[in-house]
Amino acid sequence: MTALATVLLWATATHPTLVDAGTFSVSAALVIAGAIGVIVARNPVHSALMLIMTLFGVAVLFLLLQDPFLAVVQVIVYAGAIVVMFLFVIMFLGVDREENLGAEKLRGQRPTSVILAAASLAGLLILGFVGHWTLGAPHVAGPDTGAPNVNLLGQSLFTTYLFPFEATAALLIIAVVGAVALARRPGGEQKVVDAAPGPLAPELDPASRFVVTPPAPGGNEDAEPSGPGNQNGGDGS
Amino acid sequence: MTHLAATASTIHLPHVNYVSILPILIMMGGALLLLLLSSLLRRIISTGVCTAITVMTSAAAAVAAIVQWDQVLANGAQTTIAGAVAYDGFSVLIQLLVPLALGLTALVADGYLKREGVVGGEFQVLAMASASGAMVMGAANDLIVVFLGLEILSIALYVLAAFNHRRAESGEAALKYFVLGSVSSAIFLYGIALMYGATGSTNLAKMAEFLARRAVLSNGLLLAAMALLLVGFAFKVSAVPFHMWSPDVYQGSPSPVSGFMASVAKAGAFAALLRVFVSSLATQRLGWQPVIWVLAALSLLVGAIVALNQQDVKRMLAYSSINHAGFILLGVDAADARGISSALYYLVTYTIMVIGTFAVVTVIAGRQDRATGLLEFRGLARRQPVLALALAILLLGQAGAPFTTGFLAKFNVIEAVVLTHGYTLAVIAMVSAAVAAFFYLRVALTMFSPVGEFGDGPDDDVPLDPAALVGAATPGAASGVTTVPPRAWSAAMPGIDELADAPPSEVVEARGKVPVPPATWVVIGFCALFTVVFGIYPAPLVDFAQHATLLFI
Amino acid sequence: MTVGADWYLGLAAVVFALGLLGVLVRRQTLVMIMCVELMLNAANLTFATFARSLTDIGGQVLVFFVLVVASAEAVVGLGIAITIFRHKADVNADSLDRMKG
Repeated sequence: MTALATVLLWATATHPTLVDAGTFSVSAALVIAGAIGVIVARNPVHSALMLIMTLFGVAVLFLLLQDPFLAVVQVIVYAGAIVVMFLFVIMFLGVDREENLGAEKLRGQRPTSVILAAASLAGLLILGFVGHWTLGAPHVAGPDTGAPNVNLLGQSLFTTYLFPFEATAALLIIAVVGAVALARRPGGEQKVVDAAPGPLAPELDPASRFVVTPPAPGGNEDAEPSGPGNQNGGDGS
Repeated sequence: MTHLAATASTIHLPHVNYVSILPILIMMGGALLLLLLSSLLRRIISTGVCTAITVMTSAAAAVAAIVQWDQVLANGAQTTIAGAVAYDGFSVLIQLLVPLALGLTALVADGYLKREGVVGGEFQVLAMASASGAMVMGAANDLIVVFLGLEILSIALYVLAAFNHRRAESGEAALKYFVLGSVSSAIFLYGIALMYGATGSTNLAKMAEFLARRAVLSNGLLLAAMALLLVGFAFKVSAVPFHMWSPDVYQGSPSPVSGFMASVAKAGAFAALLRVFVSSLATQRLGWQPVIWVLAALSLLVGAIVALNQQDVKRMLAYSSINHAGFILLGVDAADARGISSALYYLVTYTIMVIGTFAVVTVIAGRQDRATGLLEFRGLARRQPVLALALAILLLGQAGAPFTTGFLAKFNVIEAVVLTHGYTLAVIAMVSAAVAAFFYLRVALTMFSPVGEFGDGPDDDVPLDPAALVGAATPGAASGVTTVPPRAWSAAMPGIDELADAPPSEVVEARGKVPVPPATWVVIGFCALFTVVFGIYPAPLVDFAQHATLLFI
Repeated sequence: MTVGADWYLGLAAVVFALGLLGVLVRRQTLVMIMCVELMLNAANLTFATFARSLTDIGGQVLVFFVLVVASAEAVVGLGIAITIFRHKADVNADSLDRMKG
C-alpha cells in the first residue's frame, strides 16, 4: 500500500502528464463501461450499480478538471441519493427480474435505434469536436481565478445566477408536491383496484411477477370492461 | 470564520426589479399559499375554494402584468436580475396570456374534479406551478433559465397528466410524457452545454453580442448546439417529426390537462423558441432557418392529414395542435418583427380557442373521460344547441373561418412568410389550412348530423343545413389563403357531403343532456365570445401583439 | 488540464449517445430513466470541461442546476412508475398499449 503510494507520488512529481493521461483513460473506461452496462444489464439492479460506476468515473473526471467540489457533490447527490432512490423503488416494486432482451416487440426498432444513436454521435463528433471548433468568449460569468472553488461557486450562485438559483428552489418544491400527489392514495381507489382483476393477479400468484407479461392482443377490449368504468356505466350523464 | 465573513461581504447582490417578476412571484406564491391551506385545512377546504384561490391568483398575476405593461411602455425594454430576466413587451404578453389560460383551465377543472371526486388542492397547486414555469420561460433571458422554466412547467405537467388515479390511461399518458419529455430535456440541456462552449455564456444577450462581434459561420460546435436546442424545442411544441408523444398523451390525460398542455405548455415553449432563435441567434439565421422550414412544413402536412383519420376527438385535437404548431412555426421562419407579432397573435387566439374546445370535450366526455369518440358528438346540436353552437364557433375559429380570430391569425402568419419570400411554405400552409378545415367541419357536422335523440337512425329534421355551414366556412380557409388552388378544397367537398348524408355506421347509445357546470359555461362562453368578438374587431389584439414585438429586446 | 479538452468532450458525446440508445432500446421504465441520467451526466461533463477551457466559473454553477433538475426528474419519474404499477404489475413500456399509437 505504502509502496503504491510512493510510486504514485513519484510519478505525479516527475511525469504529471503521464499520470493525468493514465487517470483519464482509466476513468473514461469506467464511464463507458458503466454506460454500456446500464444498457445491456438484464436486471435493473445491475443497471443501477453500473450507473454508479459511470457516475463515479465522472466524479474522477471532475477532480481531474480541478473541480473538487463538483466531484464531491456528484458522489454524494448522484451516487448517494439518486441511485439509492432508484434501487429503493426497484426493490419496492419488485421489478428486479430479468428483462428478456431478446424479445423485440416492434420489429426493426432495435436497428433503427442503433442507427439513430450512432448517427447522432457521428453528427456530434463531426460537427462539434473533430472538425474545426472555436471556443466562445472566456470567463463571461466570472473568471475562475483559482481561488478556493467553493467560494467562487457560492459567489456566482448568489450574484450572476441568483434568479436561476431561486427557480431551482421552486423546482424542488414542485417535485416534492408532485411526488406527494402521485403517491397519495385517494380513499375510493382501493375499491377500484379490487374491482379490476388485472392488477391484482401478481398478488394472487407471486410467481407470475417474475414473468415478463406478453402484451395480450386486444388487451384494450379486455381491459376496458373490467376497469373502473364499470362502476358508473360510462354514459357520463 | 473571519476569512469566510470577509469573503461574504464582497458579494454584491444584483439589483432585483421586483415588478419585473411580480406575476411569476404571485403565481408561485399562490401555489404555495394554496398548498399550505389545503394541507392544513384538509377537511374544510373544498374544490370550489381551491378553484377560487387559483382564479384570484391568476387575476392578480394578470393585473400585475398590466402594471408591467405600463412600466414597459414608459421605460422601454430592459433586463434585470443580473441579466437573467428580460423585462419587455414580449415577456409581458406571456405574463398576461398564461394567467388567463390558467384561470380558464382552473374553472374547467373545477367541474372535472368534482365529477371525478378528486379532493385536495394538489391539482390547482401543480397547475399554478406549471403556469409559473411557462411564465419563467416567457421572461427568460438566459438559456439555463429557459431550461429551469421548462422543467418547472414539465415536471408539474407530468404529475397533472397522471392525475386521474382511477384511469389507467392517465398513468400511461404520464409515463409516456415523462420519458419523452425528460429525453427531450436532456437533449436540450446538451445543446445548452455546447452553446456555452461555443459562445462562452448561456446568457442570451451575451451570446448575441459574442456572435455579432465574431463571424463564426463555420463553427461546428455552434451548429450542433443549435440542432440540439431545436430538437428539444420541437419536442416541447410537438412539431413533426418529434410529435409522437402528443396524441397518446392528450388522449390519456384528463381533458382539462390536455387543454392546458395544448395551450400553456405550447405558449411557454414558443415564447422561449422565439426569444432564443429569432432574437438571440438572429445572426445565425442561415444555420437554423432551413430546419424550422422543414419542421413547419412537416407539421402542417402531417398534422392536417393524420387528423383526418382520427375517430377520437382528443386525438384529433392533438393532431390539430400539431398543425397549429406548424402555423406558429411559420412566424418563427419569417424571423422578423412581423413574424414574431403574427406568431404571438396566433398563440393568443389559439390558446383561447383550444381551452374552450377542451372545455366542451371535458363536459361531453363524462365520467372517467371515456366518451371522447367522434360519435359521442352526434346529435349534440339537438340535445344542447348552445353548447353545440359554442363548439362550432371554436372549431370554425381553429379552421380559420372569417369573423373569427383564427382567420386573421392564419392570414398574418402566411403574410409574414410571403413577405420574406417563403412562397413554397405559404402554399403548403394554405393546402394544410384547407385540409384542416375538413376535419374541423367533420366534428361540426357530426354535431349537427341528423341522428335522433335515441340513436334510431337518420332523421330529416336537421336544425342547420350542412351545406350552408360548408358554404359559410370554406371561404374562410379560402380567403385566408388567397391563392389556394381551388381543386384542393373542391376535391374535399364531396367528402363532406358524403359524411353529412351518411347514415350512422354504428348504433349510437342514447345519451341524454350532459350536465355543464356553471363555471365551465363561463369558460366556454368567454372563449367563444372572444373568438367571435376579436374576430370581427381584431384591432386591439393585433395592436397589442405588435406593440409587444416592438418592445422586444 | 494536460489531457486535451477534445477527449473530455468526445467522451461526453459517447456517453450522451449511449444514453440515447438506452432510452430507445430498453423497455424497462426504470432503466429508461437511468439512461436519461446518463444523458444529463454527459451534459454535466461538457459543462465542466468548457468551464475549464474558458476559465469561467459559470459552467460549474450550471452543473449544480443540472443536479437539482436530475433529482427532481428522478423523483417524479419514479412516482409515476409507482402509480402505473398500481394499475398493472408491470412497468414495461411494451405493455403500455391502452392507447393506439
